[in-house]
Amino acid sequence: MELYNLPVHELHRLLVERQVSAGELTATFLERIAAVEPAVKAYLTLTREQALAGAGAVDDTTGRGEILAPLAGIPAALKDNLCTRGTRTTCASRILEHYLPPYTATVVERLEQAGMVSLGKTNMDEFAMGSSTENSGFGPTRNPWDPERVPGGSSGGSAAAVAAGEAAYALGSDTGGSIRQPAAFCGVVGLKPTYGLVSRYGLVAFASSLDQIGPLTREVRDCALVLQAIAGHDLRDSTSAHVAVPDYTAALTGEIKGMRLGVPREYFPAGMDPEVKTAVRRAVDKLEELGAILEEVSLPHTEYALPAYYLVAPAEASSNLARYDGVAYGHRAGGADNIIDMYCRTRQEGFGPEVKRRIMLGTYALSAGYHDAYYLKALKVRTLIRRDFEQVFAAYDALVTPTTPTVAFKLGEKVGDPLAMYLSDLFTIPVNMAGLPALSLPCGFSQGLPVGLQVIGRPFAEATVLQIAYAFEQATDYHLARPDLGVRGEK
Amino acid sequence: MSGDYEAVIGLEVHVELKTKSKVFCPCSTEFGAPPNTHVCPVCLGLPGVLPVLNKQVVELALRAALALNCRVAAFCKFDRKNYYYPDLPKNYQISQYDLPLALDGYLEIDTEYGSKRVGIIRIHMEEDAGKLIHEGEALNPGKYSLVDYNRTGVPLLEIVSQPDMTSPEEARAYLEKLKAVLQYTDVSDCRMEEGSLRCDANVSVRPAGSTELWTKTEVKNMNSFRSVQRALAYEIERQIGLYEGGEQVVQETMAWDEAHGVTVPMRSKEEAHDYRYFPEPDLVPLRIEAEWIGRVKEHLPELPDARKHRLMQDYGLSAYDAGVITASRDLADYFDACVAAYPQAKTVANWLMGDFSRLLNSYNLEPRQAPVSPAELVELMVMIDRGKISGKMGKTVLEEMFATGKKAKDVVAEKGLAQISDAESLRPIIQEVIAANPGPVEDFRQGKEKALGFLVGQVMRATRGQANPALVNELLKESMN
Amino acid sequence: MSISLEEVEHVALLARLELGPAEKEAYTQQLNAILGYMEKLNELDTENVEPMAHVLPLANVFREDEVKPGLAPEAALDQAPDKHDNQFRVPKIV
Repeated sequence: MELYNLPVHELHRLLVERQVSAGELTATFLERIAAVEPAVKAYLTLTREQALAGAGAVDDTTGRGEILAPLAGIPAALKDNLCTRGTRTTCASRILEHYLPPYTATVVERLEQAGMVSLGKTNMDEFAMGSSTENSGFGPTRNPWDPERVPGGSSGGSAAAVAAGEAAYALGSDTGGSIRQPAAFCGVVGLKPTYGLVSRYGLVAFASSLDQIGPLTREVRDCALVLQAIAGHDLRDSTSAHVAVPDYTAALTGEIKGMRLGVPREYFPAGMDPEVKTAVRRAVDKLEELGAILEEVSLPHTEYALPAYYLVAPAEASSNLARYDGVAYGHRAGGADNIIDMYCRTRQEGFGPEVKRRIMLGTYALSAGYHDAYYLKALKVRTLIRRDFEQVFAAYDALVTPTTPTVAFKLGEKVGDPLAMYLSDLFTIPVNMAGLPALSLPCGFSQGLPVGLQVIGRPFAEATVLQIAYAFEQATDYHLARPDLGVRGEK
Repeated sequence: MSGDYEAVIGLEVHVELKTKSKVFCPCSTEFGAPPNTHVCPVCLGLPGVLPVLNKQVVELALRAALALNCRVAAFCKFDRKNYYYPDLPKNYQISQYDLPLALDGYLEIDTEYGSKRVGIIRIHMEEDAGKLIHEGEALNPGKYSLVDYNRTGVPLLEIVSQPDMTSPEEARAYLEKLKAVLQYTDVSDCRMEEGSLRCDANVSVRPAGSTELWTKTEVKNMNSFRSVQRALAYEIERQIGLYEGGEQVVQETMAWDEAHGVTVPMRSKEEAHDYRYFPEPDLVPLRIEAEWIGRVKEHLPELPDARKHRLMQDYGLSAYDAGVITASRDLADYFDACVAAYPQAKTVANWLMGDFSRLLNSYNLEPRQAPVSPAELVELMVMIDRGKISGKMGKTVLEEMFATGKKAKDVVAEKGLAQISDAESLRPIIQEVIAANPGPVEDFRQGKEKALGFLVGQVMRATRGQANPALVNELLKESMN
Repeated sequence: MSISLEEVEHVALLARLELGPAEKEAYTQQLNAILGYMEKLNELDTENVEPMAHVLPLANVFREDEVKPGLAPEAALDQAPDKHDNQFRVPKIV
């Protein structure tokens, strides 16, 4: 396999064995980016010089004979809603097109500490609002498996970059499925950690009570390694949990005998893609074969998660995005002679249609006279959703579900119908509403497109989730499949 | 006020807390720094930042809540108050809405009818906004405004009173007392001129003795206690005038125009306020255990009322004197320092309430900033007691001490103000005065005591006030009898 | 509940968005479709359910009262669309 198609843990071995230098590895990825980026469009900003300098520093370390950290010298990509000091951070929005943050997000600092070679910032739905990356202010990203199709979203650029060999791993953010859904669509592993496990400091907020940062990788082991580097308490995030971070790779035993796994019946509704259903059923059989005990369970409030989410998330977003007003940074509309006109025009010009739609929805849901009927009601429903999970987790170690109801859809297919677009996050949203950890990994194909299996765990039980995912992955070979991008040099 | 009406006044006070750093970030709260030098990504509201609560803010808020006799909530949280204004970088203010820190307190104030209890509805914590500088004049506004975010994120307490006050004087007494309590507890500097205490008022009038509430207006833009009192007096008369003229009061926000001494309606906003409050998702709630409250209570410093009683009891001061001295913690501390070295408390009180306060006012200083230390003031009082200088001369010396920062004995020596208490030096002058004033001398000998005063005055004049008046008195009598 | 064009205009002003006429129409329609879907929530009796604003049972997260240097004024104003004398400059406030 080409270097750019190898998982992180393999690349680490090659670096340790000095079969390749970080500089060579970085050059390989930069070449790969040059070759496939015109077709994929995963990146908004490339940081070529920074990457080469970072790789050089790692090679100096190796030259001194120091032990390499697992992520040292490994080229990675960052979703463009993670603040990077002095490097453009746009959230794929015109309103932040030229924005240079004066500080760096905690997760990025931690990865830099771990020796990350940062290749650049990836495309996304504007302010992470969307499920296809078509809401980017700078044009959509294509699915490496089929350029006519979306990579999913909102972390579409990160998922596509990993799938296309344009980065060994990437960070994304997940508010209602924005890591797992694109991971499923692009055939990679994506983990949304428990709310509070990973610091949100420096993640440009969409919906603060739901947002989490997580890894997108080729394999489960890589996912464990990246999570290891970014997890843990941060003094700068008040919602960051004080929990001990276990050794996640220690959970990768391949052993799941006797584990009790629930399969919620609400996650197989009528009308879902039958091939997706079949692939997930087969995965369930596989897990059973591996010795786990699988039983059907019920999460009765599942269908209410989506409408509740589309009140809570836009409400928080309407407030979080109020700061983009043209006063202290970002785009400012010209020609306004008073502050209110300046605000209204700046925001009208700077935001795309989906962002405005959600700001409108959220503002309405919080406004006088509607607050209780919409926003407060949604918070109560959130309690019910959380209780559903608590009840099943009393008897089960984890849940397995499809990640999405369908495989990647065609570009433009759902652009005119916001509600249809929202429905593609049907199976991922309840997890965010309850603050749980969940991972998507490849579990088959439908029409030649990847299907994702979602593993949902108890709060802070990432190790269990990784253990189950790893056992499944090692017993199958879906993770070895790579898209054919029709580029010279491709196998 | 017209006798047929009474006023109903409630005050909403904002005070900046005396913390070193801001409420949600480690920037300095120092007043008066050059623009935008106390800012960071958090208080600038840059994309991706998160607030972390300063513990001292809660400590001080608890202190205020307990000193104001409030019930502290066992559970409280922060909310976002959403509105667009360029002094608010996030376009929402982190505040507390439905679950504030403290509720149901009161403050005892002194009124002309005795002591009165003013209810406190709630106390909550929030962040301050930045400072706007508007180009141009009020009548001819410029094209731009400038924004300085140094003050953004300075911790504030909002203290909302019940509408329990019935006159501008009571409102002022409430403010004075509130200021004293917050200064005693080290919660706030309460410097209205620096904006660390701000006050808005809700005012309505109603027929005297009625219990119904008539339409109220909100009065803003008052920047001293005096202007609060003036603005309220004006607004009350304005409302009464409206009713008496057969008109109605409109519920609106009025601004106090200090220069013209009138309240004027503030330009109404383009939209009604709809703050869209919701729980701040970036902060976690507060659980305030009884143990924490107990600890704060235990360390609560002596409050103005307790101190006033102590001064009355321990030093025999009158209620009035004790009240004046304890109205400011600074002055009370100064008093305590003086009496520790000089036990004649009444004398100390007289100096502090009289010339000392007058000089502070004229130099616009707080007692702790006085150029004369308590020890130096005591030295001055001792010099008077020992007859080194006269009491009258003492006032001049104190003025000089304020002006130059010198000690009393240096002032006295340099200016040659020492009292002549030496009979031998005075005798020749006494003889001269007796010789030059045969008429009054005769009068005195006839039993007219008043004539003695005249003769003493002549001696004092001849000695340029330096003679010891008691000794002069004695020597004159001796010489004439 | 449904949202009228006038309400859309009011909400747009609250949110400081200068929507064009076509957008107002489109948003009115779309928001009504989305809010129609939200009606589903009314099937649930939530009378005695506590609202959940935070998923974590955290409380009392503090920092100590310590001053740390922030940004230099040049850095603070670096991204400002308009500035004057180390201050952010904005069109007049009506």
